[in-house]
Amino acid sequence: MIEKFTTLYSTAATLEIENIDTDQIIPARFLKATTREGFGENAFYDWRYDDKGNLRGDFPVEKERWLSSRVLVAGKNFGCGSSREHAAWAIYGAGFRVVVSSFFADIFRNNALNNGLLPVKVSDDFLAAIFERVKNNPDTRIVVNLEKQTIAIEGTDMCEEFEVSPYKKECLINGYDDIDYLVSIRGEIEKYENDRK
Amino acid sequence: MNTLFDKIWDAHTVKTIAEGTCVLYIDRQYIHEVTSPQAFAGIKKRGVGVFRPSQITASPDHNVPTLNQHLPPADPLSVSQLEALATNCRENDIEIFAVGTPRNGIVHVVGPEVGLTQPGMTIVCGDSHTSTHGAMGAVAFGVGTSEVEMVLASQCIMQTKPRSMRINIEGELKKGVCSKDIILHIISRLGTGGGTGYFVEFAGSAIRSLSMEARMTICNMSIEMGARGGMIAPDELTFEYLKGRPYAPSGAEWDAAVERWKTLKSDSDAVFDREEYFDASEIEPMVTYGTNPGMGVPVNGHIPHVEEIEESSRASFEKALDYMGFKAGEKMAGKKIDYVFLGSCTNGRIEDLRLFASYVKGHKKHPSVTAWIVPGSRQVARMAREEGIEETLREAGFEMREPGCSACLAMNGDTIPQGAYCLSTSNRNFEGRQGVGARTILCGPLVAAAAAISGEITIPEV
Repeated sequence: MIEKFTTLYSTAATLEIENIDTDQIIPARFLKATTREGFGENAFYDWRYDDKGNLRGDFPVEKERWLSSRVLVAGKNFGCGSSREHAAWAIYGAGFRVVVSSFFADIFRNNALNNGLLPVKVSDDFLAAIFERVKNNPDTRIVVNLEKQTIAIEGTDMCEEFEVSPYKKECLINGYDDIDYLVSIRGEIEKYENDRK
Repeated sequence: MNTLFDKIWDAHTVKTIAEGTCVLYIDRQYIHEVTSPQAFAGIKKRGVGVFRPSQITASPDHNVPTLNQHLPPADPLSVSQLEALATNCRENDIEIFAVGTPRNGIVHVVGPEVGLTQPGMTIVCGDSHTSTHGAMGAVAFGVGTSEVEMVLASQCIMQTKPRSMRINIEGELKKGVCSKDIILHIISRLGTGGGTGYFVEFAGSAIRSLSMEARMTICNMSIEMGARGGMIAPDELTFEYLKGRPYAPSGAEWDAAVERWKTLKSDSDAVFDREEYFDASEIEPMVTYGTNPGMGVPVNGHIPHVEEIEESSRASFEKALDYMGFKAGEKMAGKKIDYVFLGSCTNGRIEDLRLFASYVKGHKKHPSVTAWIVPGSRQVARMAREEGIEETLREAGFEMREPGCSACLAMNGDTIPQGAYCLSTSNRNFEGRQGVGARTILCGPLVAAAAAISGEITIPEV
């Protein structure tokens, strides 16, 4: 059972970098756990911490915003590279419920949706507007309405619709997951197997 | 008027639920120790067993040491992941090619090698380089752990059908250009996100002319341009490759299978959502200069000047060069290197070792270069030994290690030090991929061999 999702108001943590790959989101050396928990604190580890484990000064998001924002906004082609679902677990584990970009890698998008993390694809212009607004006023809030499939910048008239598959939308709103459904249709799957023999 | 991809996908669609979401039947799932433990824990928690254990095959690869493999890994977390895989396979009646046994190796090297990967199949693995198996004419792609769990629970996953793209590569390759150069060339043109949303069929005379293993290298890296997967229609070469392998059909079943496999091609009037064309004769030996596989240039070329980069991408370009310690406009040839890594699911097959060995034969490894030669599987290692490749390598000052993923992602302790330059035949040059602060330059086995001898990026002499 994943956490139900409807509407979210939150400040945004912004990473104005393109092609952020899953090795940056969660480096391979942190993939050795056998449970889904605990990846959040290591999210973007090599960008956030130096080799002595101290927070680096040049990570674009300060600690407070990183801990309090539930919306992560990043440059285009977010989540490319490895299929590690640990990347979605790490972002979710760091407290985010929405990732906004103008382009997502396919596997990351699926992994996110399977873990109650909503990928919101916006236009390049809208993405640039979020970066601009947050840079000028870090308290700017982003409003994501899954029911209406809209994303807005609070205090402005800027609003865009985003796409999500009707099936996944229903799963997110109700907290359903695919595995329960697939187990429930094992009979049909067995019939498919027999028919194609 | 169907594409090869459509034919296989549609034949495996159990049902379509809601708009665009399919329940897709999976013929074979490969698993390894990193992305499967949470999936097994998941089905256990739900109280459901593995639905079709005989259609799942495991090979531990990411965490295995490449020296003294008979001893447990030094990191207790690696040990626990490997033990979890062994236990999960035993409890669920899943075949495992255990570390040290003759069929162990990187899943994507092992699958085709033992004949488990066959034309027309749907194949998944919790690993993005599952696209490798597409070279056999299969629809193969990487999935996340939730999807691994779906397949354990039902032998199906929920998927939206990707769009189709055909990449046509016609003409004759220059001497000394290998399949890694072809795919690095393509990705440098299309970009790391250029294939996102698409499933790619590679076609054309240059592709047909490649060996099965060379085709695997191409399909392996389809994910590096974002594609869901890549595939090549099976032909006589595919059947010849498969014949007699331990898990391939035999006797009358073989004949029937070949008849079926011969029908696996895109119809002549098939319509793809997108087509791209490349001239094989224009492709040069390639290297990367930056921190994603799309940042590639010919070995005899130079890093782009800032003005050549799209304005919106300049910040990322400069960040990459800063990480690599390079400057815009610099030549690649002549740059000093510290490490050479030959191996991975991209270039760890026997042909790659043959090519590397044939180049270094009669030369000596450059004294300032540390070289790791890591076969992709135990069978590759055995063949290298039997064919005298290991001896050739030894005479040239190289040591062959034991099989595994090794320095491709450095989970097993084969880590490139901070700041060091590694010329690597693997698939990703992301920041920190081969170790914190490690600087990866991707290339094919010939370019790696030339650099291992000269100590710097060198145009291979062929």
